[in-house]
Amino acid sequence: MATNPMKIRAANNGGVTEVKALIGHDMETGQRKDSAGAVIPAWFITELTAKHNDKLILSSEFGTSISKNPFLAFKFKGGAKGDKITVSWKDNKGETRTDEAVIS
Amino acid sequence: MRQKKLYVLLAALVAGVGGLSSTAALADESADAIARYREMIADGNPSELVAAQGEELWKTQRGPKNANLEKCDLGLGAGVVKGASAQMPRYFKDTGKVQDLETRLMTCMQTLQGIDPKEFVNGKWNKGEMEKMEALVAYIVTESNGQKINVDLSQPQMKKMYELGKKAFYYRSGPMDFACTTCHGEEGKRIRLQDLPDLRTQSGAAAGWGTWPAYRVSSGEFWTMQHRLNDCYRQQRTAEPIYGSDVTIALSVYLAATAKGGTVLTPGLKR
Repeated sequence: MATNPMKIRAANNGGVTEVKALIGHDMETGQRKDSAGAVIPAWFITELTAKHNDKLILSSEFGTSISKNPFLAFKFKGGAKGDKITVSWKDNKGETRTDEAVIS
Repeated sequence: MRQKKLYVLLAALVAGVGGLSSTAALADESADAIARYREMIADGNPSELVAAQGEELWKTQRGPKNANLEKCDLGLGAGVVKGASAQMPRYFKDTGKVQDLETRLMTCMQTLQGIDPKEFVNGKWNKGEMEKMEALVAYIVTESNGQKINVDLSQPQMKKMYELGKKAFYYRSGPMDFACTTCHGEEGKRIRLQDLPDLRTQSGAAAGWGTWPAYRVSSGEFWTMQHRLNDCYRQQRTAEPIYGSDVTIALSVYLAATAKGGTVLTPGLKR
């Protein structure tokens, strides 16, 4: 299944950049069963990183306790208008996705 | 002795009142917390992801006739999406029927793309064609965000639907003898910690109608108005209406007409 693009917004305010990312992912825990009683296989993001231009600013491990279609917001010092923010994730099936946004 | 008894009773009464008011305060606090939570994640309403799929679907050529929906008339002219759902349900001359957004989309998909309406009527929520319907709805209602709820009741067919909807709203049925009014006919009611709007009033109806369709955080699903209404009937433990049936459209007309002048906040974000 093709993955959906993330919606990323980044805004600089007084030297601090706030990044908000809406990530489209099923985040299936592997604990649930479908209507036929069969276990729905686990499918969730395991790693997520964010970069400011080429510099790594956030590195995190995700797990099954995170909701479907997660929303991630974080702030970091620095960043200027027009700079690039890149968010990428990797899931337990080995699928990856990377999306970009420009700081406003 | 007798006086003492009375005193004890009075004390119990006072304690009872005290207990009640603290429960009410707790409920207010929780409602505030929910409102704060909504505000916090308002920027990240996952409906956006569904709406993006819907926009893509609107432009994608598919179905037996291999067409897209850009010629679909939602009431404001062929292909006009902006503000269309704020003025629905409405009477459509070409079908001779009052239609809500979803039944109108069913017509468009049938006439333009050749997709059988049975795919929806017999379909399952969040599955197959129904999932596509939900994405399209998410896209279209997002395009009406911020507009005023404005349904036109001047057509006699609309008036008839309004009256039917009002009747359905007050009609009690099922093993629990519930009607819509059982939960939505009183100010300040709530179910668990969710405030229930009084849908008989303009402000209450605007709070309800204006925020559906919505993304439900608990299930991670996007729910259309048809899904919402269907679930209201399920919760009443009575017969669930057929997808797109007259009673669902009538109820929508009644709610939208009562909410007239309110602001469209779709897509909503619910627990």
